[in-house]
Amino acid sequence: MDIVHLSKENFEAEVTQSELPVLIDFWATWCGPCQMLGPVLEEIAMEVDDVKIAKVNVDENQELAQKYGVMSIPMLALVKNGEVVDTTVGARPKADILKFMGK
Amino acid sequence: MYDVVVIGAGPAGLSSAIYALRAGRRVLVLEGKSYGGQIVNTPKVENYPGIKEISGFEFATNMFEQAKALGAEVQYEKCTGIERRAAGDFVISAGDHSYECRSIVLAAGAVNRKLGVKGEEELIGKGVSYCATCDGAFFRGKDVAVVGGGNTALEDALFLSNYCKTVSVIHRRDAFRGEKKKELLLREKDNVHFHLEQQVVAIAGEEHLEGVTLRNTATGEEKDLPVEGLFVAVGQMPDTQGFTSLIQVDEGGYVVAEENCHTSIPGIFAAGDCRTKNVRQLTTAVADGSVAALAACAYCEGH
Repeated sequence: MDIVHLSKENFEAEVTQSELPVLIDFWATWCGPCQMLGPVLEEIAMEVDDVKIAKVNVDENQELAQKYGVMSIPMLALVKNGEVVDTTVGARPKADILKFMGK
Repeated sequence: MYDVVVIGAGPAGLSSAIYALRAGRRVLVLEGKSYGGQIVNTPKVENYPGIKEISGFEFATNMFEQAKALGAEVQYEKCTGIERRAAGDFVISAGDHSYECRSIVLAAGAVNRKLGVKGEEELIGKGVSYCATCDGAFFRGKDVAVVGGGNTALEDALFLSNYCKTVSVIHRRDAFRGEKKKELLLREKDNVHFHLEQQVVAIAGEEHLEGVTLRNTATGEEKDLPVEGLFVAVGQMPDTQGFTSLIQVDEGGYVVAEENCHTSIPGIFAAGDCRTKNVRQLTTAVADGSVAALAACAYCEGH
């Protein structure tokens, strides 16, 4: 599945109303560990079709970052039925992220 | 059987891999997190000779791709133990796997030292941070604290004082270890408060950090300090816990090895920030990497 880039405009439709669980990656261009995580998530998005992978650029979407209490990036949030069920910070190997996603 | 197993995929480990691969050796790199080590957190590297400016991420990725292109095998597993067999070779355990090898380059690096206070671990990413330049921007207009007395703590406090409402600098001694010039700059800031001879003894907060409790190191008196951000800058420690039973480490946990990178066990070589040394820089890490790799190759020759 393609990675969805989130903003204030599409957040409601893509996350809150999503039937699938959504893994949101809060990131920024200046953050090295975020850049490490990027390709790992792209790989996961190619393989997994029952979880939506989405990204929030925290510099362009400060409101969303604030709303989700982002205090360190990269931060991954797993959202089910519009509710955050778990979060984790820092770059990590693919196997760890799959585990975080409940795979 | 691998010729060389490199533990850690930071600059020291990747340099080792590159040198050993170019010497025709079969190399496995084991990494518990992601490649690159601490340099990934540095937005701009400007002191690596021959490269005017590069991001830490790009530098690390270049090294990683160079090692891969030369034939490095990489496994993302944390090494949990090393066994030395009678023949002089080794078995490394990592995750559910074990790997046999003739020699080892230990390049496990260093991690940020924690305060070791209850609640600290749980609130990482929820107010507790070890990198002011990475996370500071999320605390714009908020009350934050910095713990530590060295240059990093002073630099962090200066950086944060530009964004945050107030910055409380907490240090357990009555004087800072860091440069006087930096301290004086801080003293001029209206929004910076000093809490000297104070130790963080408790960290409060459920969903996110709400405050810390400080104890006066002289009188034992306690006080609460409400903050939303706590930046811990109390130094680093080597990531060598898994190896201390096998090889000699110093009181700080650093692997005892001279410039030749030989450890107390023949066949195991130490490179980079986890080794006993005075200067820990990108340049010294890659220098160690090459020295350790060639020493490992020489060891393989004889075994």
